[in-house]
Amino acid sequence: MLFASFGLGLCILSLLNLCYGGTPLAPSTVLASLTHQADLNPVIAQIVTDFRLPRILTALLAGAALATAGLIMQTIFRNPLADPFVLGVNSGASLGVAIVLLALAPTGSAIISGLNLSGQLLIVLAASGGAATTLAVVLLLSRRVDVMSVLIIGLMISYTIGALVSILMFFSMAERLQSFISWSFGDYGNVGWTQMAVFAPTILIGLVLSLCLVKPLDAMLLGERYAQSIGTHAKQVRFFALLAASLLAGAVTGFCGPIGFLGIAAPHLCRQLFQTSRHWILIPASILLGALLSVGSDFVARGPGLDIVLPLNAITALVGAPVIIAALVRQRHLKRLFG
Amino acid sequence: MIPQGTDLLQTKGLSLGYAQGKERKTILSELELQIRAGEFICLLGPNGAGKSTLIRSLSGLQAPLSGEIRINKQAFDSLSPRERARQISVVLTETMPSGMMDARMLVSLGRHPYSGWLGRLSAHDYEKIDWALDAVGASDLATRQVSELSDGERQKVSIARALAQEAKLMFLDEPTAFLDLPRRVELMSLLRTLAHREKMGLLLSTHDLDLALRYADRIWILDGQKFRQGYPEALALEGDLAHAFTSQNLDWDVEQGIFRPHRGTCIDVYLDGNGPKAIWTQRGLERLGYGICSSEESAKFSIRITDTEWKLTSGSILKNFTSLSELIDWLSQYQEPAIN
Repeated sequence: MLFASFGLGLCILSLLNLCYGGTPLAPSTVLASLTHQADLNPVIAQIVTDFRLPRILTALLAGAALATAGLIMQTIFRNPLADPFVLGVNSGASLGVAIVLLALAPTGSAIISGLNLSGQLLIVLAASGGAATTLAVVLLLSRRVDVMSVLIIGLMISYTIGALVSILMFFSMAERLQSFISWSFGDYGNVGWTQMAVFAPTILIGLVLSLCLVKPLDAMLLGERYAQSIGTHAKQVRFFALLAASLLAGAVTGFCGPIGFLGIAAPHLCRQLFQTSRHWILIPASILLGALLSVGSDFVARGPGLDIVLPLNAITALVGAPVIIAALVRQRHLKRLFG
Repeated sequence: MIPQGTDLLQTKGLSLGYAQGKERKTILSELELQIRAGEFICLLGPNGAGKSTLIRSLSGLQAPLSGEIRINKQAFDSLSPRERARQISVVLTETMPSGMMDARMLVSLGRHPYSGWLGRLSAHDYEKIDWALDAVGASDLATRQVSELSDGERQKVSIARALAQEAKLMFLDEPTAFLDLPRRVELMSLLRTLAHREKMGLLLSTHDLDLALRYADRIWILDGQKFRQGYPEALALEGDLAHAFTSQNLDWDVEQGIFRPHRGTCIDVYLDGNGPKAIWTQRGLERLGYGICSSEESAKFSIRITDTEWKLTSGSILKNFTSLSELIDWLSQYQEPAIN
C-alpha cells in the first residue's frame, strides 16, 4: 500500500519536473518530444530529452543511492545519526574539487584543453577520485579495527581534509571561491547522457549489492558479536556494506556535489512509516522514498514559476531537518534504536 | 537425539587471552573442559578473572591463543560461522537494539542459521519461534516492542532468541545481572529446566554464588590463573569456593554457604533459641558485628528467645524485649564500657 503510493508520488513528481523548470512546457509537448514527433521545435525537443530527462533520472538515482547508503551506515554503525558521509566521502570529494578549482585553476585551462575535457567533467573526475581515495583509506583501515573506531577514523579524516580545503580556500581568489561554493551547493544538472553511462551503472551496482545484504544487515542490528553468533561473517559483511555505501555516496558526490540530509532523513522516515527495522522492507522503501524526496527537492529548488534556481543542498536540508525532528519527537526511543 | 551425558564440548590445552601484535597476555591457560548434554553449569569467579573471555572464546567470538575446542567431536576451526551458529547460541551482556522491533522479530533473528540468503522464514521456522517464546514463558510478549519490555522480560526474550537457534550448547554471560531477586530465581530455575528437558549444555557466568550453589549441576570456578570444577556442594565443603573468593575482608561460612565480612575483634553473644526467630536474631547480631559463641561462660551477653520475648542478660544487666526491632535498637546503641 505504502509502496504503491510512493511509486505513484514518484511518477507525478517526475512528470511535473519534466514539464516545469525554466520554461514551463505543456504535457502534450513533452510527450511529443519524448516520442520524437517530427513537427516539433527541435530546441524544445532537445530541452526535454537532453536536459530534463537525464536531470530527473539523476535525481531519482541520487536520491535512491543516498537513502540506501544512509540506511546501511545507520545499521552498520548502530547510530541513528550516521549518514553516507560519515566516512569522509564528501570531504574527499571536496578536496578533489578544491584542488582542481582553487589550486590548479591558474594552470587549469591548459590542463583542460590539453586533456580535451570539459571543465565540468574534470570536476566530476576530481570529486570521484577524491571520494574514492578517502574511502579506500577508510575501508582499508576498517578491516583492522572495531566499528566505533571506523566511525571516529572517518570523522578525523573528514576534519583533516576539511582543514586542507580551508587552507586552499584561504589562498584563493574570489571568483574561484565562487565556483567552488556553487559546486558545494549540489546540482543534478551536471549529468548528461555521456556521464550517465558511468553514473547509472555505478548506482545500480551499489543498489544490487545492498539488496544482497538484507539478511546480514538484519543480523547487524544486534551488533557485530551477536551477528557473528547467529552465523554472520561480521567483518566481511561490514566490508561489503561499506563498499556498497561508498559506491553509492561516492558516485553521487562526484557527479552532483555533496547533497546532505537525504541520507539521514529518508531511512528514518521509512522506519516511521513502515514501523519495522527489517531491511528487506527498508531498503526498497528507502530507494523509493529517497528518489521521491530527491526529485521533490529538485523540483522545489528550481522554483516553479520563478526565474531562479535555489541551492539544492538548502532545499534538502529544509526538507530533511524537520523530518528528523519530527521523528525524534514522535518516537522518543530513537536513542535506543540501536541499543 | 543426543543421549544425556554425551560430551557436547571438549577443550584440550586451551589457553585464552589477548594477542596484540607480538605481545600476548594470557588470562587462562591449559584448560581441559567438558560440557555434557543436559547439564547446567555455572561459571563463578571474581571480576576480571576471565569469565567473559572464556565465554567469548568457547562461542568462537574470540580466537584462543592456543589449544583446541571440539564441538560434537568436530574441530571448532573447521566449522563455518553458520555451522557454529547451529551448535552454539549465546546471550551476551551487550544491549540489544530496541527501536522498531517487536519481541517476535528479535526471536526470529535466531533462525538466521537456517534461513536462505534473503532471510525468509518457513512455516517450520515460525513454529520454532513460537516454541522458543513459549519455552521461556514469553508468548504474551510476542507483539510487544522490545523497547517497552522490562529488564526481566527482555532477558527472557533474549534467551528465546538464543533458543530459536536450536543449538545444543548455550552460553550466557551474566544474564541475571540487572534483575531483581525473584526474577533471578525464576531465570535460574527456567534455565536449569531447559537444560534438563531439552538435553542442552548450558554454561552461565554469574556473581550470584547462592543461586549458583542451589541450581547448578556443576560449577566452574576461575580464580586468577587457576581453574577448579566440581559439584556445588563438594566445592563448598572442600573449601574451593573459599579459596577463590576469600580476601582479607571476607570469610567463607561453610555452614551457611555464604561469605561474610571479616570482623577483627567482636563481642561474643550466646544465643539460646530456635526456629525463624533465632535465625533472624543471629543475622541481626552478625550484621551489628557481634560474634555468636557456643558456651555461655565466655559470652558477654546471653540472649534467650522465648515465645513472646527476647531476654538479654549480661552480668548484672537484665533486659526484656518484646520485638526483634527493640533488641536491635538497644544493641546498636550499646557501647562497651571503657576498660580501666
